Amino acid sequence: MKVDLRINGASRSADIEPRKTLLDALRENFLLNGAHAGCEHGVCGACTVLIDGEPVRSCLMFAVQADGYEITTIEGVAPAPGELSVIQDAFCETHGLQCGYCTPGMILAAHALLQHTITPTREDIVEAISGNICRCTGYGQIIEAVQFAADRLRKANTPRPHHGADQPVEAE
Amino acid sequence: MKPAPFDYVRPDTLAEACALLAGDEDARLIAGGQTLVPMLAMRLARPARLIDILRLPELAGIRQEKDAVVVGATTRQAHAERDPVIRASVPMLARVLPWVGHPPTRNRGTVGGSIANADPSAEIPLAAVTLGAEIMLATPDGPTSMPADDFFIGPMLTTIGLGECVRAIRFPVWPQPRIGVGFFEISARRSDFAFVAAAAQVALDEEGRCLDVALGVGGVGDRPVRLDVASLVGTELDAASIVEAVNASSNDIEAMSDLHASAAYRRRVAVTLCVRALEEARANASAKPAKGAR
Amino acid sequence: MSADPATFRFVSTNRRVREDRRFVAGHGHFVADVALEGMLHVAILPSQHPAARIVSIDASAALAMPGVHYVLSGDELAAATDPLMNGLDTPKVQRHPLAVGQTRYAGEWVVAVVADSRALAEDATEKVRVSYEPLPFVMNAEEALKPDSPPVHPAHGSNVLLDRTFVWGDVDKHFAESPRHLSFRVTWGRNSTVPIETFGVAASWDPWRDMLDVWASIQMPKYPDQIARALRIPANGVRVHQDVDVGGSYGVKRGIKQTVLVAHLARRLGRPVRLIEDRLENMRGGDAHGPERIFDVEVAFNDDGIVKSMKIRALDNAGAYAGRAPFQLGKPIGAIVGPYKIESVQYRAQSVTTNKAVQEAVRGFGQAPTNYAIETAIDKVAAATGLERIEVRRRNFIRKEEFPYLIPSGSTYDSGDYHTVVDKVVAHIDFAAMERERDRLRASGLLAGIGIAACLEPSGGNSSFEPLLNEKNTTTTWMDSCRINIDGPGFVTVTIHNTSSGQGHETLVSTVIGEVLQIDPDLIRVIRPDSLACLPSNSPVGSRMAIMLGGAAFHAAQKLKAKLTRIAAHQFGVGEDKAVYASGAVSDPNSGRQLGWAELVNIAHRNFHLLPEGMEPGLEATHVMQVPTGNKLPQAGRVQMYPCHSFEFHVVLMAIDPALGKPEIKRYVIGHDCGTVINPHIVKGMTLGGVAHGLGAALLEEFVYDDEGHLITQSFMDYLLPSSHEVPEVEIVHHCTPSPFTVFGQKGSGESGYLGAPAAISAAVNDCVSPLGISFNKLPIRISAIGDAIADAQQGKPQEQAK
Repeated sequence: MKVDLRINGASRSADIEPRKTLLDALRENFLLNGAHAGCEHGVCGACTVLIDGEPVRSCLMFAVQADGYEITTIEGVAPAPGELSVIQDAFCETHGLQCGYCTPGMILAAHALLQHTITPTREDIVEAISGNICRCTGYGQIIEAVQFAADRLRKANTPRPHHGADQPVEAE
Repeated sequence: MKPAPFDYVRPDTLAEACALLAGDEDARLIAGGQTLVPMLAMRLARPARLIDILRLPELAGIRQEKDAVVVGATTRQAHAERDPVIRASVPMLARVLPWVGHPPTRNRGTVGGSIANADPSAEIPLAAVTLGAEIMLATPDGPTSMPADDFFIGPMLTTIGLGECVRAIRFPVWPQPRIGVGFFEISARRSDFAFVAAAAQVALDEEGRCLDVALGVGGVGDRPVRLDVASLVGTELDAASIVEAVNASSNDIEAMSDLHASAAYRRRVAVTLCVRALEEARANASAKPAKGAR
Repeated sequence: MSADPATFRFVSTNRRVREDRRFVAGHGHFVADVALEGMLHVAILPSQHPAARIVSIDASAALAMPGVHYVLSGDELAAATDPLMNGLDTPKVQRHPLAVGQTRYAGEWVVAVVADSRALAEDATEKVRVSYEPLPFVMNAEEALKPDSPPVHPAHGSNVLLDRTFVWGDVDKHFAESPRHLSFRVTWGRNSTVPIETFGVAASWDPWRDMLDVWASIQMPKYPDQIARALRIPANGVRVHQDVDVGGSYGVKRGIKQTVLVAHLARRLGRPVRLIEDRLENMRGGDAHGPERIFDVEVAFNDDGIVKSMKIRALDNAGAYAGRAPFQLGKPIGAIVGPYKIESVQYRAQSVTTNKAVQEAVRGFGQAPTNYAIETAIDKVAAATGLERIEVRRRNFIRKEEFPYLIPSGSTYDSGDYHTVVDKVVAHIDFAAMERERDRLRASGLLAGIGIAACLEPSGGNSSFEPLLNEKNTTTTWMDSCRINIDGPGFVTVTIHNTSSGQGHETLVSTVIGEVLQIDPDLIRVIRPDSLACLPSNSPVGSRMAIMLGGAAFHAAQKLKAKLTRIAAHQFGVGEDKAVYASGAVSDPNSGRQLGWAELVNIAHRNFHLLPEGMEPGLEATHVMQVPTGNKLPQAGRVQMYPCHSFEFHVVLMAIDPALGKPEIKRYVIGHDCGTVINPHIVKGMTLGGVAHGLGAALLEEFVYDDEGHLITQSFMDYLLPSSHEVPEVEIVHHCTPSPFTVFGQKGSGESGYLGAPAAISAAVNDCVSPLGISFNKLPIRISAIGDAIADAQQGKPQEQAK
């Protein structure tokens, strides 16, 4: 079936069989290898992408279902080749990763959180990444990375497009 | 773990979807896919055709009626979690939603999907059964509805027949001003299937006496069940009354045993969590202002 | 140790781990990212039976399906390849990638289907018709010990792979003269490291160059050698591409059966072939399970809590083939007394085959289960004598001034200061305050307790356990290497000769070399050549790379530093010892002359006429390093195992709601001494990750087989990995007791946290429930088991012990 997707702000099309997951399509048809297969049954979160800014397991969607959304993969997070976003840089600063396999999914989950929540508590962060399993880090330095990024984004007065009306903005 | 091949079709109307479904034994509906897709990946389900209903307008939306809130089947769990109507009028549903799966699964998973999946330990079916919600169905013969109690008939088993589809869930809204809910579940990890879950809702009068009560348990037997604690109406929901009522109502609880928890554990902890859920519900209701409060 | 910690410029500073940069951008290079033109895909058909004779295989329907190229059976593969290596001398226990003649565990790989895509290959596996004749099977290790148990390998004669008793010291005498004894059993359940990336391998055969190219998610010593051996091709006909990033391994990604399978297919079909295990293939049949071990322990002690002697019988359920499992009984011999001055030990190591999946090397290689047994012993001694648990440990610890300390089984512990680490942790926590907090929790109606564990992390891994358990193996060499080249323009490029799975080896090496050469580590490029261009390495196993790769890098850098100094001295006309190297330049203090980096590089590369007599042009140095202290074969059952010994001390405050039985960790503190820390970020990550992993082993993770021999925990729905909700905040208290055997005093830390966390967490559970007279002696300890035991105790019923 012909599938028209919006990925990282660009329109991409391919002929994809219905049973092919969005994860496999991203990797094989669109050569975006940042989303990873860890379990293919929706538990580990290594396949996480953003659908309209919200984290979703791409192994639990078929490519044929994914039209009409803005899909963001890890490749769409860096502002330019060789440059890191604030959150990516924060993960480097605190060493919030080791093998890197869960990392794209983890960063996208954190990215989505920080679009909604200016001053996340530790509990907020734990909940936001609870769907992403890491076997390397024990999560400590990942949580530190998100706290560090939240702090930098807040101090830089960064606009958040998805900041919800029901979330009070913290006075600084 | 790639699914067996299937055709994919996305009809524009509910009628079309049901007709397709009715005409094909090997077809299945897909909405959020959070429980269906893993089954496809493991080839435990092998439909020849998937009918995508996620974007059907007839299944969408949250509608407030006089004494109920009607939640469209394809309402995402994450949307329901944030919805102000549900928060105000169906507090039990709002209370359990953060415990359903993980944030990413709630972004795609639907309220109707959880109902149709009928996992014995799932929170949304538990809330539906506890509150006496109605499951509204689209069938080849037209729309029908049935009480949630009757809809869930076994583990992952509902009365859904060929060509039928969950349209919406009608959650009753309690009229009293002082309503409180309580909910507890226990699982190996925070987001796992619960071994035991208990949900309670109470309404109090100005003096703190119980006007109405609803209690249900999930995860214990093969489907969520509502427990009869009507004896608590008229009481002040003191600890002793609660314990007595819960004990009396849970004598016949059927409990299953599996890798994660024994039947003895489930039965015993069901009683504990029911008591705690009722106590939490009472505390939450007490915190609400009485009508005409100073 | 050759460097003074006070003067470190880069070592021990919080430099960013350079590998992180590519991973946060999603630009890692994992095996599934490797796209080879014309590549075909493999799916596996497993057996559903715990044991069965293969009667027939009919692949005709599968071969007729679109996109299917080949169906490979075990017989064909066994004819074309040698069986996989056994470590022990058990030639009748033969292991092949695909079952030959019979299958020996549910999930064992029987047929491999090759197709244009993974999905088509899976479709075709469903069409392969295999008929089986079920055979009797045995799942339980104690059953398998019995001579009449159904033999998993009939030709071997029994299910016993190993049964060896070591007696170090005068055990009987010490038991006879000790006033007190106790004995107990603990059981370590079958779990594993379960990385998020499964094992995957792609191979391509070039008939024009007689070369097999391999890309794999691999962490395996001598991987190219074993591939060559199995395929019966020269070892220099195998080229492993080591620039593949490995998505976590923690020991288990040995992948040899997968690789032999894929390599054979690539050669047979003349096209690149790849197998990426799906999660079911991995869990059931990836042969990456971990130890499953019963410990029967007896200790002899006195009223002061001093443990004089210990007897341990360790019975391990290896699964259907030998794999590395038996050696995971051998490695703990190198720290068999833990951090304690136990004078004699009797150790009986038994490994049996059963119809379960095969074990692979799991983080610590058997040390974590052994520490669980040892720490349980110490806690029981404390309970028996009425002494406080930390006090008993203090009394038994080896003292700082007693190092290097020779333990009864022949290993010398290099250094340590266990008492100071404990002091620091106790002070950090304010242990008395923690006890008051425990009491406050108890008073509020909860069960509460504190779990304590002290243990060692032997590091610098060699393979001394192999000759110890198999006299035919005379290997004492366990080397690693590093090569540095300063090019014509003066830039530094380093090669390392192993794959990595998140340990930060590029950062490690550049930091060490930067330290020695006194240049900015960020300017040092680190690359991984393929295996043919590599110097010898034995992979990151046994927490060895800080010691071995760090050591090799250090020595290579020292050689370059010396060469640069010598070149300059020659220009100055002074002896080498008179010239001073600093920050890449060399000066003569007397004359004040100085030559900078660029000038020295230029001389080396372009001015041969200015070089000292006999000096090679260019600036290249290599170092191949042997394990420190590892130069002897075992003697009479004693051997020096690993050279260095890190120490950890865990304290866990836990509460349990008695009505629910769910353990909640309120506070987790770990004291950690791994000598000099080369990169604090990396060590912290290892420790926190290890604790999380240990929590899984203690409370959540298990590969469970039912009575019909089927694995019921096949997916992540039932095999429970800790998420961010389950892992508590962990506080790390540092101490540094350098090793005398390493270049900076560093010890390993790749297994830190994991080696003691299961003991500490289970001790915490037991401390919570001990007032009820119950305890748990099998891991994992599930919520339901805790709840039921508490309920029974409250009703006065005796505790039902786990089977």
